[in-house]
Amino acid sequence: MIALRDIRKAYSTEFTRLEVLKGIELTIEDGEYVSIMGSSGSGKSTLLNILGILDDYDSGTYHLDNTLISKDLSQKEAAYYRNRFIGFVFQSFNLLNFKTAQENVALPLYYQKISRKERSDLAMHHLEQVGLAEWATHFPNQLSGGQQQRVAIARALATNPKVILADEPTGALDSKTSHEVMEIFDRVNAEGKTLILVTHEMDIAHRTKRIIHIKDGLILKDGV
Amino acid sequence: MFNRDTWQEIWMTIKQHKLRTFLTVLGVFWGVFMLIFMLGMGSGLENAVFRDFGNRATNIMYVWSSSTSLPYQGYQPGRFPRLNFDDLEAIKQQVKGVGFIAPRTRLDAKVVHGETAETYEIRGELSQMIKVEALKVYHGRYISDLDNDESRKVAVLGTRTAEVLFGRNVGEAIGQYVTINGAEFLVVGIFGPRVIKPWTEDDQEAVVIPLTTMHRTFGMDGRVHYFAVSAQEGYRIAQIEPQVRSLLKARHHVAPNDPRGIGGFNLEAEFQQVRGLFDGISAFLWIVGIGTLLAGIVGVSNIMLIVVKERTKEIGIRKAIGATPASIISSILTESIFITAVSGYLGLLAGVLVIGGINLLMEQASVDSQMFYNPEVNLGIAIGAMVLLTIAGTVAGLIPAMMAARVNPVVALKDE
Repeated sequence: MIALRDIRKAYSTEFTRLEVLKGIELTIEDGEYVSIMGSSGSGKSTLLNILGILDDYDSGTYHLDNTLISKDLSQKEAAYYRNRFIGFVFQSFNLLNFKTAQENVALPLYYQKISRKERSDLAMHHLEQVGLAEWATHFPNQLSGGQQQRVAIARALATNPKVILADEPTGALDSKTSHEVMEIFDRVNAEGKTLILVTHEMDIAHRTKRIIHIKDGLILKDGV
Repeated sequence: MFNRDTWQEIWMTIKQHKLRTFLTVLGVFWGVFMLIFMLGMGSGLENAVFRDFGNRATNIMYVWSSSTSLPYQGYQPGRFPRLNFDDLEAIKQQVKGVGFIAPRTRLDAKVVHGETAETYEIRGELSQMIKVEALKVYHGRYISDLDNDESRKVAVLGTRTAEVLFGRNVGEAIGQYVTINGAEFLVVGIFGPRVIKPWTEDDQEAVVIPLTTMHRTFGMDGRVHYFAVSAQEGYRIAQIEPQVRSLLKARHHVAPNDPRGIGGFNLEAEFQQVRGLFDGISAFLWIVGIGTLLAGIVGVSNIMLIVVKERTKEIGIRKAIGATPASIISSILTESIFITAVSGYLGLLAGVLVIGGINLLMEQASVDSQMFYNPEVNLGIAIGAMVLLTIAGTVAGLIPAMMAARVNPVVALKDE
């Protein structure tokens, strides 16, 4: 599903050059449930941004579902791949506050030019999957943090992407709601979806089937 | 671009920031309103001035005679050349581009009907003077060519003359007889000036009869006091005037370099001058109006920049879930054009209503100002303003939209 070969990324300013990723080699198979761990500054967020085609890389190759994700995609191509291949879940949910739960879930489908009716049906279906069907017409600020994150997961699933990328998905939640969110992730993975989580919480990481430790831009340890 | 979702989103942003949107709308509204209002008021001034030209034909010159000031061909200065019927024929044959010639000979005479007798100005005319001056026929008809050919004893009365002789219902005068200096004339029409002004009172009190009848009945022997000459299509009266004058000077033994003797006047030069003045005023109003509008547009651009800044995170989210730069640009541009177009349209509407209201009030209160009359907004200006607004909205949204398209989702989504 995902194949990274010698991925390197550096941020340069006028005076300094900071190498964030120093040659990442990583293969993730279809249906895997992976967590990426590392301290801040280890490069894990950069790695996730590259995986999510939000950021480009300097050298190496990145294949996603046997498609080469070139390091110099146009913005339009990047948007297309993000929309078709990837579902994002963020630490701070990143829902649009002026849209209802259902509209938020339907938004990625809007960029696929799917008809309005079909969009809201699909969105409703995915809200049911995360147990929020009766909250469909609520706005994010009327939902609890756990509920908002579940809406975000429904949104990530809406386009039936190849892979779900979650950046500290439980970082803003208490342990009880964290648990609820993780249960949904477990179930999504059980249904065969590839899941990659970035986290620094050991107990969250241990629920996944594979843990990748990153330190100073290199994979330190890969396994359970 | 024009689907329901885009509009829904625009509507949401507007609803979220009512005051801000209101102020933006006010800027453009005021700009367009001022533009339309000023142009409307300008047209009021213009219409008032051009009304004083009284719908006169402007390709017309008047010719008259006055006493000479130079000796010529043995004649002493101070002689008064007499224009006559033959001069008209000579002009028609020798000057190119002459349309029609409308002569007038005047005589003050006693006009009697029943017990009433008054002295009025009698005008002997051919049929065309009504086309030259700002006159109109209220009842019946004007003097015709046939009246002149047959030297009929018919008369067209000025409105006030008719009122004095026949009472309020002037229409009843038609078919009755008046006596002018002892001769009976059949009344065939009532005429008067189109607008009533101190200087049009003469027209209300005049009596018009066929020129040939006047010559025969009152012994005027071919006399013409003055006449109007029109230019044919494609000829300019300013070019015809000197030819007519020099021809008449030659016919009446007036020195070619005598500034007096034969007088002439054409409206064209004056008309052009006034025209030019108002073109200038109009250009000035456009500049000021567009300046005001521009200030409003800059306001919209500013607000849109703030909108983009505020929505950086939202744009980041949208990009992360698959929004293309084009879709972002299009939504910002649509919003900008929408705000400018709506507020501009409201401004246009308000401008038209205010101008229309002023016009209506003036009409109802019968305000008759020499300086201001019938202000109006013409359709071309209104359409021009709308086109200008759409362009302005696009320009206003362009920089903010480009900025929005450049939003980097990684940076935008970074948690503070």
